[in-house]
Amino acid sequence: MTVKEMIQGADLEVKAAANCLDTEVTGGYSGDLISAVIANAEEGNVWITWHVHPNIVAAALVVKLAAIILISGRQPEEETVKKADEEGIPILVSKQPAFAIIGKLNNMGIMGEK
Amino acid sequence: MVKRTRLMRSQELIYEMRVAEVMTKDVVTVTPKTSMSKFGDILRSKRISGTPVVSGGFLVGIISIEDFINWLEKGSKKARVKQCMTEKVITVFDDEPLAQVISKLEHYRYGRLPVIDRDSKKLVGLVTNGDIIEGLLHKVERVHNEEEIRRHQASNIFDDIIVDQTTLIYEYRVIGKDFKQAGAGTSRLRKTLSRLEIHPQVLRRAAIVAYEAEMNIVIYTDGGDLFAKVEPGMITIVARDKGPGIENIELALTPGYSTAEDWVRQLGFGAGMGLCNIKKVSDEMFLDSSVDDGTRLEARIAI
Repeated sequence: MTVKEMIQGADLEVKAAANCLDTEVTGGYSGDLISAVIANAEEGNVWITWHVHPNIVAAALVVKLAAIILISGRQPEEETVKKADEEGIPILVSKQPAFAIIGKLNNMGIMGEK
Repeated sequence: MVKRTRLMRSQELIYEMRVAEVMTKDVVTVTPKTSMSKFGDILRSKRISGTPVVSGGFLVGIISIEDFINWLEKGSKKARVKQCMTEKVITVFDDEPLAQVISKLEHYRYGRLPVIDRDSKKLVGLVTNGDIIEGLLHKVERVHNEEEIRRHQASNIFDDIIVDQTTLIYEYRVIGKDFKQAGAGTSRLRKTLSRLEIHPQVLRRAAIVAYEAEMNIVIYTDGGDLFAKVEPGMITIVARDKGPGIENIELALTPGYSTAEDWVRQLGFGAGMGLCNIKKVSDEMFLDSSVDDGTRLEARIAI
């Protein structure tokens, strides 16, 4: 499944890097401890997080994530959008809280097992 | 910066270094009784332009190619060194600083000066401008290399210097407490490394090391530097800062241990996993820290 297909299926709003949505999604990871994300998320994963500050882009780059999904309708900071556009890391926003959106993604076949 | 340090060093060095360190010890000498024709043979065969004249280990004169030419022009065939040499010799002691020698050489416009042991008063060597320059170059190089090693602490740095091998060093500044810019160095490094056709797994490990090291500098210090050295077979990442230093390294390496302030943790950082993550993904990790001098972290990843 590509990022674009996931966006349509899970009702996500694209906030940054709208031109980089063809990446294949390999799975998902959720967490707000950035070191944990870096240590555990896999390349091509989507990252479900509450954080909106610019550093999530840097963390996504380190792991080469397919996209970042912000939960509960949280809005990325201006700087975050700018950085994400520059680096080509899509930032997507879900109106749902983490548990709900993760369940939805699971149903779509995006899993978190290694 | 480096250039300035080196220049200052060589100026300092001529006061620090002693004649004994640079002089030529294996000196060709003649005695007062050596015949002038034999002296000529010595000049020719050793390709030198003069020698000290020594008797019983003591310097009694000096004789040069000029004296030899004078002798050829008007000397008697049977003359010996004693009749042609210069007896009044300007010498230096082996424990004199180079600065002294340089001014003597300049003042008398001599090419060489015999070196005398201060205690025994015997001849122990010969010093030329060339010896001084060579000695300084060696010393400067040694000092510079020591600095390099301190900077990179890579014992194999000398092995790198092979003609058909390139070692790349990338350097990034990291600003302390600036979470907006945090990770920028790592992002740039990752991009640069990805152009070197490094295996994606290695790239990722290097990026994790760099990111965690960079974040540690951001979270805990007022800033520092991030270096990445890329050479065949190895990526070495070094993160340096000037403090405050880690009080208990063992504790800092315990997963989950953190001294991060609350506001930092609320940003999702300072979870106490950084150093563990680095250790996990690198092949070797070295951590030096003192409360006065700051912290230096080095992680190596085999390519």
